[in-house]
Amino acid sequence: MPFNLRDTGATLWANSNKWQRYLIAGVIIVGAFALPLLEGTFLNTPRTPFVSVLFYPIGVYVLMALGLNVVVGKSGLLDLGYVAFYAVGAYTAGILSMHTKLNTWEILPVGIALAMLSGFVLGAAVLRLRGDYLAIVTLGFGEIIRITALNSSAVGGANGISNIPNPPTTFGFTFDLESDRNYYWVVLILIIITILIIRGLSARRPGRAWESIRQDEDVAELMGVNTYKYKLWAFVFGASVGGAAGVLFASKAMFIAPNIFNYNISILILAFVVFGGMGNIWGVVFGAVLLSYIPERIRFISEARMLIFGLVLIIMMNLRPDGLLPRKKREKIGIAGGEIK
Amino acid sequence: MDFSVLTDQFASLTFDGIALGFIYVLIALGYTMVYGVLRLINFANSEVFMLGSFATILVATKLFNHTIESDPLTGFKLVYTMTAMLVGAMIVSGVASVIIEIVAYRRLRSRTSNRLTSLISAIGVSIVLAEAVRMATSSAPMGSPRLLDKTILATVWGADIRVDTLLVIVFAIILLIVLDLFVNKSRLGMGIRAVSMDYDTSRLMGINLNKIISTTFLIGGLGTGAASFFYITVYEMTRFSIGFELGLAAFTAAVLGGIGNIRGAFAGGIALGLIEMYASAVLGTQWRSITAFVILILVLLFKPNGIFGESLQQARV
Repeated sequence: MPFNLRDTGATLWANSNKWQRYLIAGVIIVGAFALPLLEGTFLNTPRTPFVSVLFYPIGVYVLMALGLNVVVGKSGLLDLGYVAFYAVGAYTAGILSMHTKLNTWEILPVGIALAMLSGFVLGAAVLRLRGDYLAIVTLGFGEIIRITALNSSAVGGANGISNIPNPPTTFGFTFDLESDRNYYWVVLILIIITILIIRGLSARRPGRAWESIRQDEDVAELMGVNTYKYKLWAFVFGASVGGAAGVLFASKAMFIAPNIFNYNISILILAFVVFGGMGNIWGVVFGAVLLSYIPERIRFISEARMLIFGLVLIIMMNLRPDGLLPRKKREKIGIAGGEIK
Repeated sequence: MDFSVLTDQFASLTFDGIALGFIYVLIALGYTMVYGVLRLINFANSEVFMLGSFATILVATKLFNHTIESDPLTGFKLVYTMTAMLVGAMIVSGVASVIIEIVAYRRLRSRTSNRLTSLISAIGVSIVLAEAVRMATSSAPMGSPRLLDKTILATVWGADIRVDTLLVIVFAIILLIVLDLFVNKSRLGMGIRAVSMDYDTSRLMGINLNKIISTTFLIGGLGTGAASFFYITVYEMTRFSIGFELGLAAFTAAVLGGIGNIRGAFAGGIALGLIEMYASAVLGTQWRSITAFVILILVLLFKPNGIFGESLQQARV
């Protein structure tokens, strides 16, 4: 039997007791926090500082991929306009810092709330649609947000908003142009919180509802799952994560413009989710890290890096159609193996 | 907002809108026919359009050695050159579409039922094609020589009927009639309809699925190729990112009419062309693409399967 990273990991986890689990989780978390130490090794990225790559694109994209995974991977709702929530978060940070004296940590909840609100409004209107219709409408929503920002002089039009302040010094950690490492740690904390929430939800009623909606929406509805409510939940949750990523990105970059939030970002995030293995948190994290890291690593062939990115997508999808670390196929085990877990 | 523009130029906007609409209809074929057969969004179709638009210009400049300053042609030479450009674009697009099916979809179709996988694979193909062309053209736009002099044939209610827009409308109608006859009367067309009604049963009935699917991609590609020729004839410019701009609009048109439905694509394309023209006259061109999406969302809220919808047995698959 070939080596299977997912199953090996899952078996290890299943056979561990409580303390061993804490130990494994601790090692992974400490390892993730220690990643900036790898600067200067063969992993180093040319052109951009390695630690800054860890924050953006890798950290921010992992966060967004986790949020989109709840929508696409867990609930099976194809969202092609996820960038809209990222933009809402970033523009909230931009506008609030322009007109008020709030700092980043105070803006963060507002950005998340506004992204959730926009997710709620969009979801309430369009979640009665299914499949590909939902895809095109969400895509349209992403474009509507971008073009509205582009044509509104109140938010700087095509020039965007500049001079967004960095976060203030907190607990002795400074946040300025030099402190890439601290930004990375902040995004890492958000990623860990998001993973914990998703794990918690997955094991409870919402997670089961999402899973049933993904497998068969009609049957789920017949079985008494309030599909509309849980789809809306998934959408709003995904939006909140996107909004948080947006606020963080804006306060690090200090500058945002409508064209940063184009449709390609939505597609890229979706590619991370599908590439890594839809529905599986670790697969998605792995996929997002790999796919956002590769273009930076091969920047020396900067002309062709997107071309190679496209080729990687085609080849990987053909070799491993279910992603790098696909979710456990419970439904298949039940049918083929005769053993229902 | 200035509504007087709308009343002053209503006829001319309508005429331009219909011509643009026909271009959308032809591109939308590449989405809607594939969707009908395979239930998947053929994302790479936008790049098929992009390739076709470059092929059109390259036939004129490389094969016939016209430059951007060339004088417009007349008589037999004009017909001959334009036909070659149209055929060249259709061949390139048709072949590209078939190759994309083989590279991006065929293998996956037999291995997984997950449609998102095919979608990502198609996105990969579109990135590769767009990036390859971007590198080959150094991101620069490519202009087309004006071979067809844009004379004004007639003026109807204040609208100038230009020869190029008229050509688009006439030829698009001919192509669509041919296509409709093909799908409804021919044996292959019957196969396409059978597969789009029920994939598994048609396989049991002995239909060669790969052949039908390749034919569908070929027809979609040919339509998209023709659209790219018409686009170049009217707008005379292309660039590597054109596929995204036009493809998105055409896809919207296909959904507006009810995706998977050829006549729906027709209605959706024309409607979208008109809406975009009126909206850009009233609100300014920068709001053009938003209006399309807003209309789409409104239509889908009240008619969740598009204006014409899919047929009943398809809608619930």
